[in-house]
Amino acid sequence: MTEELDLRCEVCPYTFVKTKLKMEEMAAGEELTILLDDSAATANVSRSLKSEGHEILDLKSVSCGVWQIVVKKA
Amino acid sequence: MSGSFTDEQIRRYSRQIILPEVGGKGQKKLLASRVLVIGAGGLGSSAIAYLAAAGVGTLGIIDSDMVELSNLQRQIIHGGNIGLAKAKSAENFVRSLNSDVEVIAYQERFSPENARAMVRNYDFMIDGSDNFPTHYLINDACVFEEKPCSHGSILRYEGYATTTIPKKGPCYRCIFKRSPPSGLIPSCQEAGVFGVLPGIIGTIQASEALKFVLGTGQNLAGRLLCFNALDMTFFEASAEKRPDCIICSEQPEIISIEPENYLERTREVCGYDRGT
Repeated sequence: MTEELDLRCEVCPYTFVKTKLKMEEMAAGEELTILLDDSAATANVSRSLKSEGHEILDLKSVSCGVWQIVVKKA
Repeated sequence: MSGSFTDEQIRRYSRQIILPEVGGKGQKKLLASRVLVIGAGGLGSSAIAYLAAAGVGTLGIIDSDMVELSNLQRQIIHGGNIGLAKAKSAENFVRSLNSDVEVIAYQERFSPENARAMVRNYDFMIDGSDNFPTHYLINDACVFEEKPCSHGSILRYEGYATTTIPKKGPCYRCIFKRSPPSGLIPSCQEAGVFGVLPGIIGTIQASEALKFVLGTGQNLAGRLLCFNALDMTFFEASAEKRPDCIICSEQPEIISIEPENYLERTREVCGYDRGT
């Protein structure tokens, strides 16, 4: 089952804080799709997720100014 | 979204939710926790400020004194409140800092009559008292009720903090078997206090409470962390459980809280202007 988190219009560090809180509610192995509208925030969230041990399955620009991260909970 | 946190809470606590040892789960533990601060003086001021800021859900504050001008050199939460009860002044401070915290202000002395009932209602105690009878009373109530406590003490430029965890490591009476003879240790009124000192020691005590609630890190059980602000040095002394401790050993002499065991000797207490 894949969860979704729309963080467009959100800024650092709340992008990661909200991602982290969402991940805490999920079970190991579950996937989360995150939408962001800032490239720096996308890089930061991706890096922070990795440093907490989660696996980044996909990271790409899905439309002009919108990025998507797919992460699998460790 | 984001569990049971409001958007305001996510923003307020974001810098600690990010910490791997805290997260949303830790923040919820803090919001559900109950800490009692005994004494809203110098040690209590800094402890209260940081416990409230971190979002400790229920903060009990007990102090029977009134705010005096000479307190404000180190008791930083009482500004503008001269003449007001310290418990009430501290309550006002907490309410203005963080409305998530429920404050219970007790404008009374921590006494043999109320000690156990008071301690029973909380998860962790901060000993911010300024005299030996109260240090021992807090310890004894915590031993009987099996509650953890961080003790602190300061004079001139020096202070220490240590933490007692029930049935694990020494209690306060193991470390300080008996109070020093009357007059040996000058009162804060006689000896003075460097204003930042209770700020430093009180924040160490607050961090012990927060880590206990979070269940993370190393605490000061069996260790006395001593600080000298003049030399700017920290050093540690280790302390062990005393097999003949009069309260926490297997055959204790003290088996209940009796008022006559906590009488103040005249020179042990600073009088109207307490030093902590």
